[in-house]
Amino acid sequence: MSFINYAAREINCKIVYYGPGLCGKTTNLQYVYARTNPDLKGKMISLATETERTLFFDFLPLALGEIRGFKARFHLYTVPGQVFYDASRKLILKGVDGAVFVADSQEERMEANIESLENLQTNLIEHGLELGKIPWVMQYNKRDLPNVTPIEEMRRQLNPTGVPEFEACATTGEGVFETLKATAKGVLSDLRKVGA
Amino acid sequence: MSESQFVMHEGDFLAIQKVIDPLLKNARARGVFVVDRVGQLIRQTGEMSNLDTTSLASLTAGCVAATGGLAQLLGEEEFPTHVHQGERDSLHMTLVGGRGILVVVFDQRSSLGLVRLRARKASTQLATIFEAIKKKCEAEGPGNGKTFADISDDEIDNLFSD
Repeated sequence: MSFINYAAREINCKIVYYGPGLCGKTTNLQYVYARTNPDLKGKMISLATETERTLFFDFLPLALGEIRGFKARFHLYTVPGQVFYDASRKLILKGVDGAVFVADSQEERMEANIESLENLQTNLIEHGLELGKIPWVMQYNKRDLPNVTPIEEMRRQLNPTGVPEFEACATTGEGVFETLKATAKGVLSDLRKVGA
Repeated sequence: MSESQFVMHEGDFLAIQKVIDPLLKNARARGVFVVDRVGQLIRQTGEMSNLDTTSLASLTAGCVAATGGLAQLLGEEEFPTHVHQGERDSLHMTLVGGRGILVVVFDQRSSLGLVRLRARKASTQLATIFEAIKKKCEAEGPGNGKTFADISDDEIDNLFSD
């Protein structure tokens, strides 16, 4: 649910990075933060445990430029991926405008990917939303590792409807901005439907 | 339930400002912020211009969401008021209808009792304003052919040109 501020001439949208534990959601945001012009970004907040695991969320505000004289501002959030933080994941999806599913390409994580994607669908329904009805993008992360599932197999299991998809290595930044841009584009294109 | 898009115009912001400016004074607060439950700052007033208000809004929404989750665990619908007391500054948060959060930052120049009293009245006024905005958004409905209804792919692509 985007927030359009006619007084400040701003569009504010929320993008949530979802995926199983240790798939690289926080690393995506850290890369975006590190490579974005300081004028275009706010402070990145990470509510994490002492061992650097996401406890509640990471948050990164970004400004992308202007469209129709309105500043396009995006609030990027990650969810905690660990299974037992489901209550927190649900809360973070409130008001989501677009989602990135970060899949871990390692063979042994396929089941965790499927479980997390199903969890995303379930939690969206609790907010009256559906995965097929909000813009979302699939990112196949960790493609640099040796034991990865072939893309065709990942696509078959995780992206049968063919949403935009990107291979990535979030630690080096490969695919990170492509993923973000595609998601932001989807969110802005969605504004056409709601008009405002 | 999914929530509709939230569109605010100059008049809506002025109406909110007319509530929070007197609240700042009457509660002897350092700062007053109105934040939406998704984490966007809507309006602010006071002496805290150096504060990172984007972070404040996001963390406030996260805090309220987490506390709301706790409330539901206990069988409460929500906890309508939250207080965080610090050595110098304290935070008072009041839920405003289903949409907003009123945040008052105060120090030793004020007191919790005074802030609570003033915030209660202001939150009722703000709830009325939010309700009116919500009704207006619902009445206008989606796809009403305004500013963004006909944005082109090129316009969107231009945002991402390096």
